[in-house]
Amino acid sequence: MESFKNRDIISIRDFSKKEILYILEVAKKFKNKPHASLLKNKILASLFFEPSTRTRFSFESAMERLGGSVISLADAKASSSAKGESVSDSIKIVEKYCDVVVMRHSLEGSARLAAEVSRNPIINGGDGANQHPTQTFLDLFTIMETQKKLGGLNVAIVGDLKYGRTTHSLAYALGMFGAKLHFVSPTALRMPKYVTHELKKMKAKYAEHKHPEQIMPKLDIFYATRIQKERFPDQLEYEKVKDVYVITNKLLTKVKKNFKIMHPLPRVNEINYEVDETPYAYYFEQANNGLYVREALLALVLGKA
Amino acid sequence: MKKEQPPRAFKVYAIKNGTVIDHIPEGKALELVDLLNLRKWKKIVTVGIGFSSKKFGKKDIIKIENKELNPEEVNKVAIIAPTATLNIIRNFKRVKKEKLKIPETIEGILKCPNPACITNHEPVVTKFYQEKNTSLHVRCRYCERYFNQDEIEIIK
Repeated sequence: MESFKNRDIISIRDFSKKEILYILEVAKKFKNKPHASLLKNKILASLFFEPSTRTRFSFESAMERLGGSVISLADAKASSSAKGESVSDSIKIVEKYCDVVVMRHSLEGSARLAAEVSRNPIINGGDGANQHPTQTFLDLFTIMETQKKLGGLNVAIVGDLKYGRTTHSLAYALGMFGAKLHFVSPTALRMPKYVTHELKKMKAKYAEHKHPEQIMPKLDIFYATRIQKERFPDQLEYEKVKDVYVITNKLLTKVKKNFKIMHPLPRVNEINYEVDETPYAYYFEQANNGLYVREALLALVLGKA
Repeated sequence: MKKEQPPRAFKVYAIKNGTVIDHIPEGKALELVDLLNLRKWKKIVTVGIGFSSKKFGKKDIIKIENKELNPEEVNKVAIIAPTATLNIIRNFKRVKKEKLKIPETIEGILKCPNPACITNHEPVVTKFYQEKNTSLHVRCRYCERYFNQDEIEIIK
């Protein structure tokens, strides 16, 4: 296994199964035991050229909890990027002020380019519709935490599978570990061919469904995502499907004991609030896990774990 | 009685030194001429379109006098015309015959068709990874998307 020190975290493709499991193991250690001064004297530059609340807070909190400090772009509109500075120039300047950079940018491949010009490690906090690897790691961590394994599980990924970038990398990673995938979506928002093409290449098992009811009894994980009204070319089409993908207690009458519901959040109306009280709701714990996974990644790339 | 015309001895004359690109898919020859910038090549270039081919039915041929292609040019030919063969001619003799292969990584030749890809916004040398052997099917190193032959554009 390649050392994690100074490595960039750009795309889930860059990691082997063994490396992913190692990251999850380190994250578990951080969840069990705080390390208040591990990253003392280390500085994280938090460059969110695009607005983000949860990912940014989670990264900044992770750095502070490990005793490091954070320099941050207060408002992307006020940055030099808004004045037309290129990503590569911004990174060349900022990397000198810090030890590690986390960035989000609307252009796809921006984090890969940043990693090429920076001597310090770059962590991708989302590059347009392409990758958001730390989300994938925290999703995998949560599945592992609740199911004790990744292979052989029945995982439904539900909602907007066409535009939802988290669903693409999650499907890729779970396919790698041999989970059985169930893609549940309206026809207009099906999993894109380039994702299923990769799943076929790695001989991953997957099936497509329009409704979740029938598969509920065999599922271990139900990964819900937001269906955005504006994604539908025909608003009538949206009205027809919007309620099919809402989880209520009624849908949960025949599920397995170990069944858990996940969601990358924010939710709008995909999960009814009544579900929050059931033992199946795990989305807030999932969001919380983001903290430990990001602590682990920061410590790893800075050579402290 | 009028004598019957003999069959044409040569459809295209042999060249003394240079490169013959044979088995080009029909209709692709002119695209290759532009791509290799051959209109500006000061020596003779012969372009043949619609020759019969046992293998493909029809084919195009290009003969470039006094020029041997460099590796980057060879890659360009492979991308446009993966079925082509390359013959190097020295003193009327074929000294090398090469079947083309699309390279595993293609640097700086293709333009990423994804408008949201960073390579279309900043001065970055594009890089694609070839997925198949037979036809062009590539993945962009940056935006990580897949593209087929009919989607991709070549940087001229």
